[in-house]
Amino acid sequence: MGDVTKEQLLDFYKTMLTIRKFEDKAAELFAAGRLPGFVHLYSGEEAVATGVCASLTNKDYITSTHRGHGHLIAKGGQVDKMMAELFAKVTGYCKGRGGSMHIADVDLGILGANGIVGAGQPIAVGAAFANQYLKNDAVSVCFFGDAASNRGTFHEALNLASVWKLPVIFVCENNRFGISMNQKDHMNIVDVSQRAISYGIPGVTIDGNDVAAVYETAKDAISRARKGEGPSLIECKTWRHYGHFQGDAGLYKDAQEQEEWLKKDPILKLEEKLKVLKFAKDTELKEIQQQIQGQIDAAVEFAENSPEPSPEDVLADVYAP
Amino acid sequence: MKKMTYAEAIRDGMRVEMQRDANVYIAGEDVGKFGGCFGVTAGLFDEFPGRVLDTPISETAIVGHAVGAAAAGLRPVVEIMFIDFMGVCMDELFNQAAKMRYMFGGKAKVPMVVRTPCGGGMTASAQHSQCIEAWFTHIPGIKTIMPSTPADAKGLMAAAIRDDNPVMYIEHKQLLAMSGEVPEGEYVIPLGKADIKRAGSDVTIVAWSWMVHKALAAAEQLAKEGISAEVVDLRTLVPLDKECILQSVAKTNRLVVVNEAVRTSGFAGEIAAIVVEEGFDLLDAPIVRVTALDIPVPFNAKLEAVYLPNETKIIAAVKSLF
Ligand SMILES: Cc1ncc(C[n+]2csc(CCOP(=O)(O)OP(=O)(O)O)c2C)c(N)n1
Repeated sequence: MGDVTKEQLLDFYKTMLTIRKFEDKAAELFAAGRLPGFVHLYSGEEAVATGVCASLTNKDYITSTHRGHGHLIAKGGQVDKMMAELFAKVTGYCKGRGGSMHIADVDLGILGANGIVGAGQPIAVGAAFANQYLKNDAVSVCFFGDAASNRGTFHEALNLASVWKLPVIFVCENNRFGISMNQKDHMNIVDVSQRAISYGIPGVTIDGNDVAAVYETAKDAISRARKGEGPSLIECKTWRHYGHFQGDAGLYKDAQEQEEWLKKDPILKLEEKLKVLKFAKDTELKEIQQQIQGQIDAAVEFAENSPEPSPEDVLADVYAP
Repeated sequence: MKKMTYAEAIRDGMRVEMQRDANVYIAGEDVGKFGGCFGVTAGLFDEFPGRVLDTPISETAIVGHAVGAAAAGLRPVVEIMFIDFMGVCMDELFNQAAKMRYMFGGKAKVPMVVRTPCGGGMTASAQHSQCIEAWFTHIPGIKTIMPSTPADAKGLMAAAIRDDNPVMYIEHKQLLAMSGEVPEGEYVIPLGKADIKRAGSDVTIVAWSWMVHKALAAAEQLAKEGISAEVVDLRTLVPLDKECILQSVAKTNRLVVVNEAVRTSGFAGEIAAIVVEEGFDLLDAPIVRVTALDIPVPFNAKLEAVYLPNETKIIAAVKSLF
């Protein structure tokens, strides 16, 4: 874990906890019938988005997925505007037009969560091309799941990125499942990172529940990309704590495995580490937890008190003027 | 004014915009040194170093990367070699490019042009001859352009590139070699303006792309027989110049719509529906569509001729209204 400082680890902790508490709240609201639409929770995968986005600035782009809340928070998204979007309110990131699966903020470099699996891959390549063309030193990061690496978009995007030597980092969040399909039934390899070989780019597999490892690996890939050395593929092995979407009990998961992975919870792991390294005491962690819970509760209050979009505006923004 | 082919006019439109705006670039299969499968980008590779890019055979990545590049500040003009290949990159266009702005609450813009040739009459058979513009007009968030002359091709290309939305710029293979007078330098035709290619008083023939020329030939013949036909060239299907169509029908009280696409769910039906809804009282006769047959485009030239609309079919349709 080399040069990860106390401050960085504490920052990671806050980001990861913000994601977790956001998701816990979303789960609770959804179960109570207070959220419309579909909700796919990122719980259990927080170390990936957090570790990767730690080396990005607002000039860098990301493309996200249907399971996007974690990416958005890690990239600087505000929880109140996100929550308002989940509630389909006009104060939400998309003015209530997109919902959980389409939250975006181009100014923050967030080119959108996406309802189409794999669709972010060529879009991230295009943003990386823009960065290269404009010589602006920025990179793009494409988050996607293990199952999304079976799409044709994956092949075309990685091949083009390689041929054009684009500053893009493909981050595969291997939580082992595409809805109910176990990885062993949807591909005949164990490590998605092997696929990098056929594009002539570096590919590595790491523990996606170890935020410091993710941070270090992504930092190197990002700096390679910034230096014009081209794309890379990072596979982060991780686990989603819940079902595919809220309402899916995840019965296709092996109970034993689920239990083991819950013990490898990235947030628990980080708390352990913070305590072992004497970077934080229990009381300090408690304080952080309370503070973040307060932010999430405030976000819900903001969202609930916000107005709905007005039907008179339904036609606005189909086309740019 | 300068005499140019339709292909040269498209190229000139792209060239002028590339000179004006350093963020405009071209990407596609064989568009570089080779100059494109139909030669439309010829010479631009040398003229604009680093701005005309060959891609692998990856239509999904061609259109998909354009979405990302456009959202990140560039103005891509990508070529899909034949419109028939759009099936392999539709998600990038219709779920990504077309919806980003609306879904994101108006905060993104996606200024990109997809150039692609359509059309039959070349014995290119079922996978290289189609007219599928209705696929795109059916998607809110995309504009669809189909020029019929070299001058329109240039002026509409400039408008397409300057537009802040995804634009399908559909060329016609039959027209690429056609020449005509084209304004030099900057020349922009606003999107959404139809053009009356021939004035007349007895019947309105609405057409676009190659079919404008079939309609003009039919009108020429009809004039000899005492029927004065007005030929309205839509030029852009979305946005659509409804006013121009309705004004023409108000004058002629009869409407024939000519569309090279297959009949069912084609854009000709859309024009007919609009005129029925908004101009029913103007009509003295039923609206007639002249379209291709509802079959895959046949290879054999004689069969293809049966499939396609032509002057004879247009003339017969017009006469049926009197
Ligand atoms: C093109 C496409 N096919 C199928 C779906 C339905 N779907 C949504 S998420 C999902 C599974 C995706 O699995 P993975 O990419 O591994 O991501 P994860 O959900 O595990 O984060 C599927 C099949 C979709 N949204 N888009």
